[in-house]
Amino acid sequence: MIEMRDAMRAVKSEDPEAIVLLAETSIMAFADVSEPDDLYLPVGSMSKASSVGLGVALAQPEKNVVIFDGDGSLLMNLGSLVTVGKQAPKNLVHILLANDVYALTGGQPIPSEERGDLPGMAKAAGYVSVVQFDNIEEFASELPVILNEDGPTFVVLDTVTEVTNAADWKTYPKPPKSWNVQAPAVRESLTGE
Amino acid sequence: MTNAYDSSTISAAAVVSALHEHGITHAVWLPDSETNFMHILLTDDDSISLVPVCREGETMAIAAGLWVGGKKPVVMIQNTGVFESGDSIRGMSLDTSMPLVLMVGYRGWTRHGATPDSAARFIEPILDAYGIRYYLVEQGEDMERISMAFTEAEETKKPVALLMGREFGE
Repeated sequence: MIEMRDAMRAVKSEDPEAIVLLAETSIMAFADVSEPDDLYLPVGSMSKASSVGLGVALAQPEKNVVIFDGDGSLLMNLGSLVTVGKQAPKNLVHILLANDVYALTGGQPIPSEERGDLPGMAKAAGYVSVVQFDNIEEFASELPVILNEDGPTFVVLDTVTEVTNAADWKTYPKPPKSWNVQAPAVRESLTGE
Repeated sequence: MTNAYDSSTISAAAVVSALHEHGITHAVWLPDSETNFMHILLTDDDSISLVPVCREGETMAIAAGLWVGGKKPVVMIQNTGVFESGDSIRGMSLDTSMPLVLMVGYRGWTRHGATPDSAARFIEPILDAYGIRYYLVEQGEDMERISMAFTEAEETKKPVALLMGREFGE
């Protein structure tokens, strides 16, 4: 099993310039590993990290765009797999933090613990590469390939569940910056406008 | 001098021309039955990239991502899609200082007021509830409202809706 902060550190280490999209609890986790100049977007609308990431990837084709999505989140926006597959941005890496629960709301199970074969759906939708990891060493070892090959790439990480009940959620750290702060800030950093 | 209703369709070519005029780079949309001519024109247009989606809620999020990355998108959906996109409009658009024009197919619109179509009856109250200003475009002389909407979106850094009350023509 992989701790999501370790996965985030590995991505930042391999490509500090990557634009990072965050969904649900990954927003809080990234706050623990981020630095002031990181280009990250905490997506403020549930399930839409994959869609925002697609837009950023199309607009910034020279930069790696890395989405940290959740399985519950992606199930709410399943059509985005097909939309991404059709647009096929080569610079998009879609990482699924798979833990079988809705962590954001207290760890309730998602409708299918088998995740509805999300990797198979991504492949069928047109993602160029689909890979899966259950330990951080293998993931970190493959990251140079993942970040440099033509995508879109779908990466499933078997992830440790950090929130298993509502009490966990109430004590979970809250993010320092929200979407409405970061979206204009990242735009200014990328475009000067 | 008359002020008669112009029954001709809205020219899709004139709308695309307005998109060019305002520097639109991407049209993020889910086609509806009123927009066939527009689809043909945009498919053949090299300067505006078409991003078709599976469900309307994706459109606001993709548009937000494009905007963050420095592009200038327009969203094209039907009024039914606005209802489906509620949380995306809230979280992606209203909570961001992002200028965005939504071209919304006004399904069920009638000049005579009464309509049996709830999609038409609810769209304006929903936009009012969100605080989104909107303009009706239903005939040739309304075309200037398209430019007004883009200008207003830029000046206010907020979403502005165009309610397209007629089918696009050639």
